[in-house]
Amino acid sequence: MNELLAVKNLSKAWFGVPANSNLSFSIAQGTVTGIIGQNGAGKSTLMGMLGGTVLPSGGEMFWRGQPYQPRDAADAIKAGIGFIHQELNLFTNLSVAENLYIDGFPRRMGLIDWKAITQRTREILARLDLDFDPMIQVGRLSPGERQLVEIARALHNEASLLIFDEPTTSLTPRETERLFATIDGLKAEGRTIIYISHILSDVQRLADRVIVLRDGKLVEQGPADQFTIPLMIRSMIGRDMGGLFPARSNKPQPDPILVAQNLTQPGVVEDVSLTIHKGEIVGLFGLMGSGRTELARILFGLDPFQSGRISIEGKSPEQGPRARIEAGMAFVTEERRAEGLMMDASIAENLTLVQLDGFGAGRLGILDRWSMVERTEQSRTELSIKAANIQEQPAKALSGGNQQKVVIGKWQIGNPRLFILDEPTRGVDVGAKFEIYSLVDKIAAEGGGVLMISSELDELLGMADRIVVMNRGEVTGEIAREQFDRERILAMAFREVIA
Amino acid sequence: MTAIRTKRSLAARAADVFLSDYFIFYLCIAFIIVLAPFLPVLIAPANAVNIMSNMWPLLIVAIGQTFVLAIGGIDLSQGAVMAVTAVIGAMLITLAVDPVTFMRTPLWGLILTEQGGPLAGVTGGVLLALVMMLLAAVLIGLFNGASVALFDLPPFMVTLVTMMTLSAFALWLTQSGNIANLPDDFTRLGRGDLVSVYFGAKEESQLARRQVYSFVTFPMVIALIMAFLAHIILNRTVFGARVLAIGMNRKAAVISGIPVRRIVIAVFVLSAVCAMIGGLLYSARLEAGRPTLGGGTFLLDVIAASVIGGTSLFGGKAKIIWTFFGVLFYVLMSSALSAMNLSAFQIDMVKGGIILGAALLDVFRTWLKRERLQ
Repeated sequence: MNELLAVKNLSKAWFGVPANSNLSFSIAQGTVTGIIGQNGAGKSTLMGMLGGTVLPSGGEMFWRGQPYQPRDAADAIKAGIGFIHQELNLFTNLSVAENLYIDGFPRRMGLIDWKAITQRTREILARLDLDFDPMIQVGRLSPGERQLVEIARALHNEASLLIFDEPTTSLTPRETERLFATIDGLKAEGRTIIYISHILSDVQRLADRVIVLRDGKLVEQGPADQFTIPLMIRSMIGRDMGGLFPARSNKPQPDPILVAQNLTQPGVVEDVSLTIHKGEIVGLFGLMGSGRTELARILFGLDPFQSGRISIEGKSPEQGPRARIEAGMAFVTEERRAEGLMMDASIAENLTLVQLDGFGAGRLGILDRWSMVERTEQSRTELSIKAANIQEQPAKALSGGNQQKVVIGKWQIGNPRLFILDEPTRGVDVGAKFEIYSLVDKIAAEGGGVLMISSELDELLGMADRIVVMNRGEVTGEIAREQFDRERILAMAFREVIA
Repeated sequence: MTAIRTKRSLAARAADVFLSDYFIFYLCIAFIIVLAPFLPVLIAPANAVNIMSNMWPLLIVAIGQTFVLAIGGIDLSQGAVMAVTAVIGAMLITLAVDPVTFMRTPLWGLILTEQGGPLAGVTGGVLLALVMMLLAAVLIGLFNGASVALFDLPPFMVTLVTMMTLSAFALWLTQSGNIANLPDDFTRLGRGDLVSVYFGAKEESQLARRQVYSFVTFPMVIALIMAFLAHIILNRTVFGARVLAIGMNRKAAVISGIPVRRIVIAVFVLSAVCAMIGGLLYSARLEAGRPTLGGGTFLLDVIAASVIGGTSLFGGKAKIIWTFFGVLFYVLMSSALSAMNLSAFQIDMVKGGIILGAALLDVFRTWLKRERLQ
């Protein structure tokens, strides 16, 4: 078989921590290689090195047998490597054709040759069985169609190796099927594919070979038919996982922490009542636009409500998040980057943010640096945050799972009694998910209440003592753990039947 | 640690210098060493005293600006605050004004007469005037801060409006006239020879006034105390940590329970008060309340000096020590350019180039820092 890409002893260290060490593998032309690994296993770094955006600190790469040393993304594109990113890199305000030609418009007599562009774009789209107008704005396409436009762009650049990084996260099942059919087609044309995903069944469905990364090392590789899903998980996390969720270690107590009665804010939530007891994990399930996040923001005092009552441990807190925090609430938001962390600040600075007052001494509030270092190092140990130096290293240098631990950690310093967790495991890999679930269980076991919002029903079924379902701003049902029933919950969420 | 350091390469040590908080200070020293042989006047005592007397008020104003930049804002109204507060202070305490100029002003008869302002010659009058100036600055700062914090108006807009309105107000009040004849108690603030240095032959017993150089002055003492306090506040207190957090990620700060509105308002008040104190020192030195104080390119000098020091215009990254050296560098540069006998226009053109150079340098330092962390 023809070898397209080979990698020998490739290494890279970030902040003194090795991200990739001594990777060696080769990829044959016309095959699909699945690369799996937890967040922080070194997949992104490896892709960066292939794509020319990350400079290797050791080792060699070979492209069609020749040494390959890309210095920037343009080098990689020229060699014939195309990336289809997790976060789509398209200009939504431009047309499909403009997106394809963004790095060099063909010109005729000094003017952009639109005729040639639309014609060529139409040809490429036809090859992908896409029948939309080349001049349509990308912003008007669905996520699945945008993904295909990215592929079209790679084809336009004559890519012979296409690298898919988590392509299906925002796709519907139908769009995913279509993407897979396209990938099969590309493979039949003799193109080579690298497919990176957390969704192991997709990897199994597509890949000819599987490469498993763990802690920056290549731990296993081989033909895909040798890998079952449990085997993949085991080799990704390096041990058997006794299930995806830790066992719930306590029963909820009878006394309520949070009581919300008849909360109404027109157009947002309608007559919502909710109670969270000590030691209880309440799951809040709903589809996009069901008002889950909006309810959380109201509970946390970020948004107003017109009528209804909120009481925390018997007392009605004043408006605003500060009063809620004082009353013992914590809010881990859905948007980790935008609302959770100061990405450029150090991990320690992020950890101390909520409880800064507690570290200030005297009238002036002079910060006690020593106790800040002590307390943040304690958090690092408790949460097992993987970082070389939490006092210096910025939060943006962490993997998604570790960033989420920092967000949880910054609240824990204040010992809150009620956590609102909005999509706590979004963008977090299997192993780190388990760690976060364990943290959530521990919060409840210590008598805290948890409102866990998620669009992954499985994680609520695994963790919650009770699930509340919302649809269009209203609570459409509530089920206790003993009666958990996936069909019924989904029905409530879609409101086909009101239970 | 030291053993490791000595073994490090030249490049690594050069990077240390580049990344040091003192980098701009090193640059100042290099600047002097390089230019002194060609421009001996640069290090002449008279010039050194001049450089410093220019530096202190600018430093105080830049300290206020640094806090606003730290939350990711900008305060364009500082110059106008200087003018308004200077006029207010001067009109209260002036001992006499020229009726020809001030007859036409709206102040005539109400506040100003031939006998000067209402507090002229009153015991404690100067102190009372200072309190009034402070009050005016606080009110302006409150207006700026509240507009930004409560109505979510962009700081650029709000302070631009304040700037336009206030500087016009100051000019209207005085009809462009300078209010002179300020009492000694006031003008002393601009001088105050606490320590003078005498350069000259020792046997000369009769001192020519010009040869005594005021070294330690009130402005110096005031500026250094303020810089020290500001440094503690910004880098060592809960308040400062919150200021920087707001600059880094305002949404995260709100959710983390930081009293964002209160802090934003406080920062704008602080900025206005710093401007007022800077203006006060200028007025005392000029022995007049000038409605055009802080006009022209002054505000750009303030912002440029802060940014040259390394404070980010995007917020979240600021240190008073950076501003201190930024101001020093800026004043030094202006003085060197004047010493070269360049015209004001030429000076501004060269300044522009140097500010651009400083901005590029900052980009380079950021890059270096990232490389180093990797």
